[in-house]
Amino acid sequence: MQITKEIVQYVAELSRIKLSEQDAENMQNDLGAIVNYMEILNQLETDSVEPLSHIFNITNVMREDEVKESYDRAEILKNAPERTDETVVVPKTVE
Amino acid sequence: MEWELVMGLEVHVELATKTKIFCSCTTEFGGAPNTHCCPVCTGMPGTLPVLNKKVLEYAVKAGLALNCDITRYNKFDRKNYFYPDLPKAYQISQLYLPFAQNGAVEITTRSGKTKTIRIHEIHMEEDAGKLIHSAYGDATFPDYNRCGVPLIEIVSEPDFRSAEEVVAYLAKLKSTFEYLGISDCKMQEGSMRADVNLSVRPKGSDEFGTRTEMKNINSFKAIERVIAYESARQIEAIEKGEKVVQETRRWDDNKGKTFAMRSKENAQDYRYFPEPDIPPISISDETIKDYTDSMPEFSEAKVIRYGEQFGIAKADAEIIAGSKYLAKLFEETVAICNNPKEVRYWIMTQIMYFMNERGVLPENIKLDPKKFAQFIEIVAADRINKQTGKQVFEEMFFADADFDVEKYIKDNGLEQVDDSDAIREAVAAVFAANPATVEQYKNGQTKVVGFFVGQVMKQMSGKAKPDTVNKIVGEELAKI
Amino acid sequence: MDILNMTALELGKAIKEKKLTAVEAVEAVIANIEAKDKDINAYISLNKEQALARAKEVDEKIAKGELTSALAGVPIAVKDNICTKDLKTCCASKILGDFAPVYNATVAEKLEEAGAIVLGKLNMDEFAMGSTSETSYYGSVKNPWDKTKVPGGSSGGSAAAVAAKEAVIALGTDTGGSIRQPASYCGVTGFKPTYGTVSRFGLIAYASSLDQIGPIAKDTADCAAIMDIIAGKDERDGTSLDLEKTDYLANLSSDVKGMKIGLPKECFETEGLDHEVAKSVKAVAEKLEEAGAIVEEISLPFLKFVIPTYYIIASAEASSNLSRFDGIRYGFRTENYDGLADLYNATRSEGFGKEVKKRILLGTFVLSSGYYDAYYRKALKVKAVIKAKFDEIFEKYDLIICPTAPSTAPKLDSSLKDPMKMYLSDIFTVSANIAGLPGLNVPCGFDASGMPIGAQIMGQALSEQKVLNAGYAFQSMTDFHKKMPEVM
Repeated sequence: MQITKEIVQYVAELSRIKLSEQDAENMQNDLGAIVNYMEILNQLETDSVEPLSHIFNITNVMREDEVKESYDRAEILKNAPERTDETVVVPKTVE
Repeated sequence: MEWELVMGLEVHVELATKTKIFCSCTTEFGGAPNTHCCPVCTGMPGTLPVLNKKVLEYAVKAGLALNCDITRYNKFDRKNYFYPDLPKAYQISQLYLPFAQNGAVEITTRSGKTKTIRIHEIHMEEDAGKLIHSAYGDATFPDYNRCGVPLIEIVSEPDFRSAEEVVAYLAKLKSTFEYLGISDCKMQEGSMRADVNLSVRPKGSDEFGTRTEMKNINSFKAIERVIAYESARQIEAIEKGEKVVQETRRWDDNKGKTFAMRSKENAQDYRYFPEPDIPPISISDETIKDYTDSMPEFSEAKVIRYGEQFGIAKADAEIIAGSKYLAKLFEETVAICNNPKEVRYWIMTQIMYFMNERGVLPENIKLDPKKFAQFIEIVAADRINKQTGKQVFEEMFFADADFDVEKYIKDNGLEQVDDSDAIREAVAAVFAANPATVEQYKNGQTKVVGFFVGQVMKQMSGKAKPDTVNKIVGEELAKI
Repeated sequence: MDILNMTALELGKAIKEKKLTAVEAVEAVIANIEAKDKDINAYISLNKEQALARAKEVDEKIAKGELTSALAGVPIAVKDNICTKDLKTCCASKILGDFAPVYNATVAEKLEEAGAIVLGKLNMDEFAMGSTSETSYYGSVKNPWDKTKVPGGSSGGSAAAVAAKEAVIALGTDTGGSIRQPASYCGVTGFKPTYGTVSRFGLIAYASSLDQIGPIAKDTADCAAIMDIIAGKDERDGTSLDLEKTDYLANLSSDVKGMKIGLPKECFETEGLDHEVAKSVKAVAEKLEEAGAIVEEISLPFLKFVIPTYYIIASAEASSNLSRFDGIRYGFRTENYDGLADLYNATRSEGFGKEVKKRILLGTFVLSSGYYDAYYRKALKVKAVIKAKFDEIFEKYDLIICPTAPSTAPKLDSSLKDPMKMYLSDIFTVSANIAGLPGLNVPCGFDASGMPIGAQIMGQALSEQKVLNAGYAFQSMTDFHKKMPEVM
């Protein structure tokens, strides 16, 4: 698997990370080396193996539908770089 | 050329649990911005989701009611994308193993056609927040109160061929979920909203055309408009030799048009993967049996029963049983007054009129069945006539809980007068006031009888019993 | 009293017996931090005033008999990816800025209930991504044994603080070896519990399916003592296991008679394995054999697959977990931006360090359309194979012993230049994370340059007691763990 410049650009866009030309080139090399190394997994035959996402066989961990008091709004907002008394502030999302 | 519409629906329904899907904040609608929030639903670092039991219960019940296969071992997945209404930058949803699959719903359209709509799958997921855009300046203010409100998304197969079918399907879902008590399905509050996938093809063709998707449409009226607009747009494009582009289009309700969104918003790669923070869900045979055994009576069964038990015509029964609230009002009132025909009459005339002309929603009807039954008894006993009845019914329907039917009739003197002497006096007075018309009658013009009856009714402020008036007018005329 | 050289249990006992106070203990450790941390850089934030105030309060409660836990009054330090209410928690990243959590992690709550006193937050690799503690926005941590060398990572601050006596005991986190490997490099004892034993609520996630919180301490008994405090079911963490109240400390025993131990041959055949490390680790098995354990060679045929499996799973989850850091609700926001997309891109580009960005991109790649099956799904299948093989081994064996790391601590600035080599240094530790198993690092020797060597004892899921007992048995027979560096 060749990690191309386009792939690096594509995943950088999906990740919302801006890369300079130089960064992109370094990233291409680093990711290329890692992804290349990952190919070793193809040596292991796994056609009949079911993928395992959760390591232990636990199911149905749930809570009761009981309301607990929400947090004070000031606490929810206090770490925001830009905020009003009621909400955080972001650049307008519609034209 | 004749064109055929092909549509599939993705319907989001908010489940009526008390708390959010993954935290214990209230799901109550409204509330000042960001006051129904905690570190979990605002995606603060280090927080973890824990599934609300009730969400699973409601979801599985919905799946069973829509005749789905319940996925006994199902899981949550993360859907990754950046947007300010999604604090974790991923939505917890189900992609690989949705909890319900392969369902089917019977619908009956307004024109009486029945059809089966197949359900592809239903999955559980969390709602996003609401973005408030400032009128001035360059700012948006996210309100996270809706973040984490539980949703099910019902994905249909592309089985719809008309807007009428779509509306019937949505009404059916609404009715089913109301009966289950799992959602209030209020489109105007966004607790039920639909995405429409639409394409057109020459009638008779088996192939699908290129589809467009219109998201988050939140009223029955808007859906019909979207379908009409978008199908016309696609047909026009094709007839002009243009290609329909597969894309998501924004519906502008004010302009009544759909608009292409920027292509970037269309380029999506959600990178779904199993949610590591939530262990899988397993649903036992007993649970399925319990839920199946406790299913309420749905509209189809009610329609049949209303016919057999009460002699209600199918078309009327479908309307009444189509809403849990109307059905409840009907059944409870009938249980008291045992006069289904009369109850049906008032629901199908007056209440329908209020719903259609005044925007009354069935779930908002406050009318107490006890009062309704009392009213029915008064009408049945002929104590007020139909015309007066309408006035009384309207007062009673919109009044507060302390409204007293008897008192209202008494205070306004609305009771029918069946006093022959009083009517005879009124007849005499009418004859005296209209000598020329009396002459006409004498000359053989019998159709003036109606005029006399009307005048007598008027004289008696509409309270006289029409039958008695007719009888006495006849007797008095015979004496002339 | 020689406060700095006491274990957490000794100190807790002395405080309970009124031989000294919690205030004195806190003062002594803080004085040592103030003297040494300029060089070691183990701390990101010091919580001096609150710690002293809390110590006073704890002394009063101990006097009234309201606090009786083994660690009441003991100063502790916590890795900076564990949320502490109102105390800056930033994962050693620029992107979290001065983020002050509005809630306590479950472990922080439990420590507070037990009367342990949090001195501050410990340096680490940014977002726990690294094996050297050099990727911190707050500068690299130095190994107290040799300040030109790394302390290991990502819990390098935790290991260095304990080794330098800047903390009596510390909490670290382990996603691929991040407790055990720095413990090995710094000559201290570190324990990664079975996945789900300690609540992750309040742990800022790197890779959710692999992360576990655990202790770094002066010896195994201290690890057992703190595990009794922090382990247990948490309603706020759906992956936390339904455990009975644990009693690891009370059940600690040096009796290993009849215990079956496997020595995986592939580990000792690994390319780049330092022969001094191999020798010292084998000697651990021999020691336990002398004490009555049965040692046999076993095979871990999947060893060459563990690093790629780990990096695929960990970076995939990380790419998702770290998406919430976007400059909107907390932490750093770029100064100049034009619109929302630019706000996201610039904030994340400036806020994350290089290693973090690399893993985010890698994780995004393995999950992206067209590559998911070949990489992510494949890794989940290999994970299933690894788990099955471990299950098979643990049908016959109680424990596995192998090196914690292939070598002793490398020089500063040498690892990040060769990332593949750095990744490979986790080869012996990541399996425990992939399979959710408990693993303990015990100091077991020194190389020619005097740097500590560590051995890893791994057990079956939920066999914490066996693992701790083996470590305890080894430490009862040896004193490698008692050697501490002289930090000038």
